[in-house]
Amino acid sequence: MALDSKIPSGPISDKWTNYKDHINLVNPANKRNIDIIVVGTGLAGGSAAATLAELGYNVKTFCFQDSPRRAHSIAAQGGINAAKNYQGDGDSTFRLFYDTIKGGDYRSREANVHRLAEVSTNIIDQCVMQGVPLAREYGGLLDNRSFGGTLVARTFYAKGQTGQQLLLGAYSAMNRQIGRGKIKSHTRHEMLDLVLVDGKARGIIARDLVTGEIERHSAHAVVIASGGYGNVFFLSTYAMGSNATAAWKIHKKGAFFANPCYTQIHPTCIPVSGDHQSKLTLMSESLRNDGRIWVPAKLEDAKAIREGKKKPADLSESERDYYLERRYPSFGNLVPRDVASRAAKERCDAGFGVNKTGEAVYLDFAAAIQRYGKEQAYIKGLDANDAKLIIKLGAAVVANKYGNLFQMYEKIVDEDPYTTPMMIYPAVHYTMGGTWVDYNLQTTIPGCFSIGESNFSDHGANRLGASALMQGLADGYFVLPYTIGDYLAPDIKTGTISTDLPEFVEAEKKVKDQIDKFINNNGTHSVDYFHKKLGKIMWDKVGMARNAKGLTEAIEEIATLRSAFHKDVKVPGTADSFNQELEKAGRVADFLELGELFAKDALHRNESCGGHFREEYQSEEGEAQRDDENFAYVAAWEYKGKPSDAVLHKEPLVFENIKLVTRSYK
Amino acid sequence: MKLTLKIWRQKNAKAEGKIVEYPLDGIEGDMSFLEMLDVLNEGLINKGEEPVSFDHDCREGICGTCSLFINGEAHGPDRGIPTCQLHMRMFKDGDVIFIEPFRAKAFPVIKDLVVDRSSFDRIQHAGGFISVNTSGNPVDANTIPIPKHDADRAFDAATCIGCGACVATCKNSSAMLFVAAKVSQFALLPQGKVEATERVLNMVNQMDAEGFGNCTNTGACEVECPKGISLENIARMNREYLSASLQG
Repeated sequence: MALDSKIPSGPISDKWTNYKDHINLVNPANKRNIDIIVVGTGLAGGSAAATLAELGYNVKTFCFQDSPRRAHSIAAQGGINAAKNYQGDGDSTFRLFYDTIKGGDYRSREANVHRLAEVSTNIIDQCVMQGVPLAREYGGLLDNRSFGGTLVARTFYAKGQTGQQLLLGAYSAMNRQIGRGKIKSHTRHEMLDLVLVDGKARGIIARDLVTGEIERHSAHAVVIASGGYGNVFFLSTYAMGSNATAAWKIHKKGAFFANPCYTQIHPTCIPVSGDHQSKLTLMSESLRNDGRIWVPAKLEDAKAIREGKKKPADLSESERDYYLERRYPSFGNLVPRDVASRAAKERCDAGFGVNKTGEAVYLDFAAAIQRYGKEQAYIKGLDANDAKLIIKLGAAVVANKYGNLFQMYEKIVDEDPYTTPMMIYPAVHYTMGGTWVDYNLQTTIPGCFSIGESNFSDHGANRLGASALMQGLADGYFVLPYTIGDYLAPDIKTGTISTDLPEFVEAEKKVKDQIDKFINNNGTHSVDYFHKKLGKIMWDKVGMARNAKGLTEAIEEIATLRSAFHKDVKVPGTADSFNQELEKAGRVADFLELGELFAKDALHRNESCGGHFREEYQSEEGEAQRDDENFAYVAAWEYKGKPSDAVLHKEPLVFENIKLVTRSYK
Repeated sequence: MKLTLKIWRQKNAKAEGKIVEYPLDGIEGDMSFLEMLDVLNEGLINKGEEPVSFDHDCREGICGTCSLFINGEAHGPDRGIPTCQLHMRMFKDGDVIFIEPFRAKAFPVIKDLVVDRSSFDRIQHAGGFISVNTSGNPVDANTIPIPKHDADRAFDAATCIGCGACVATCKNSSAMLFVAAKVSQFALLPQGKVEATERVLNMVNQMDAEGFGNCTNTGACEVECPKGISLENIARMNREYLSASLQG
């Protein structure tokens, strides 16, 4: 099957406008005869559900959380990009488009990314109208900050809780439609399979997580907005419940899975403290606006710090290595995430790590506190030589900008980041790969759409900071509501899809059989036992740096672990009750398949690009080496029974507007 | 450290619950409270017993999923954080820890420590929004200047995570702080003023219909709120409600 990306013709800046002008529309009176299922209620799913319901469709939403407000979009901290150019610093739609393509290391689709940059400004307007309290300047206008991989300040924010505020905005839009009866919200429900009728997505099988009941739900189209698959690593910044089950089930029903190996390892997370660790906590990228990253310049100082014999403050400026500023003078501490993460790993592998395990670097605010303190003293006419006063004034400015992040750090680590530098280390944070979609955000299954982090489309091999929120809301508010109409236009006479069709009966039976198998397995180990083992294989061999040998081993080890899991997993409790272990078992079963495909994809891609770093393909300076001649394509995998049998389909990436060059942030 | 846990176990909404005692060893100060419960559950599973059900998700203090009444306090002894950010260094070797669900008539128990907080959602359905449709052509965001002071106060109110600690803590099981946070956020912004009257009336009516109690200004909710939502919001909601009632 040849992949048809359905990219409209014409100049890049006109594609989306022309396309919208000519797609099929559904008459408002007919929309009420059409049902749409949305799985996942984060930024993408929530905004899509609200907008589709406003348009008049009957929407059913599903989320495993107890409320749509709790989707993990809520945890995004730093901000959302938009090419508003409010700062007058030279920003434009083209520049956001260019930065995103370059940041993604030239592995994303031009037309999709340009559309994203175009609608970015609408998102800010929309959110402000909804009452999202974005940060403002004293004149009452919106404020911006700067994020990695760009030379402009285009990031809008709400302190360190931007994701929360935007999600609550989408949630409020959903609530309005729930109140009007246009959205039927199913919380504490998990989608366990997709139902195809005549090759089209026509419904889902879901489990009511409170009663355990297996339910059939039909619709004319199914939208998957279930987020990313980073929890395949067990330890990540994802929520504990974040899972790939919905995305993986549609893959097994025919949706191709694209670029699974493109995973973002975020440079600034709180380091692992011990074996009991259940998740990792991110410290926003916005901190790199003011924090300077360093390790000791001398090995003996690093050792002394690890042993507690020296403190970071004991080292003078010349005894510190601000390695990002040294290696990348023009972007400094604000290089993209993949570059910053690898640089941290490089220093720690070389023995310069600063915590007990040697896997941490410093993120230091002392210089920023001094700078802000002096600025405030000058403004207020106070004594600029009073060291204590300067620190007090500077710390107040820093607290105003990042207060909640500093508090969070202190609660977890038990150290005060105002007086001693934070310790940070990279952690799994986002997956750029996901369900393959065409320009309409439709998967290879007709009627099955995938939006937000669950699709692969916009970030290439590396996502820039503050772009996830932008993409989620762009897909949900401004793209899908148009493109889905084009698909649904011929469906106005179809009528309600019956859930008594044999396809529903069969899918339901399979789901029930799988659940019964878990419950009656009588194994010896918990779900977490297997999940942790999977995570270790993934982190050690499919993590920040990969090589052919490790990947080959990982593929085999994951397959072995998977069969051990099915033979030996122990799931207590019953199928017909609230059972958190049963929920986890289903999710980990899917991760155990996805993990193998992930490694297989990483092994096949004989180049380094963005978040995918193959040790065999690097320059003498340790920078990633792309191979545009052989790998400028999207790898879309077709399911054929086992991950090892997956068949590769290639969508060539054509760059008509941006010249492919080696990415440099020096 | 060695601990004695006394945990509320309840099979389902209809069953009767009771406190069950569990001894637990090998807990470190760097563990979070929920990681301590993970250790307990891993042990229970290995022994062939049913693990303790509890709500949790982001484990970084923002989703509002986790709850727990720990030694008589919502989210436990530390301040300004929900349970997932509570660390075991707040406890000491030999401690006895009582762990119960958030209790309120409007928060029925689902199982063990898990409660149903969908009443909060229904209050939001009644009016927790500004009625604007999605369109590609709203006015430019900067055509509505908002004084920084107002925007900041609206933001402070909007940081509520909807966990329900205020209700669990209140002797009347009142949801006033939760409802007031949303009413305040919109009341402070020009975009929200248009439907302020209907909003406050509808949300308060729904709050009453759900069976939440009245506010008697004890202020316990503010103390236990993991996000420091201020009582000022309740005062603002009362003003909004009074003025809406006079108009309506």
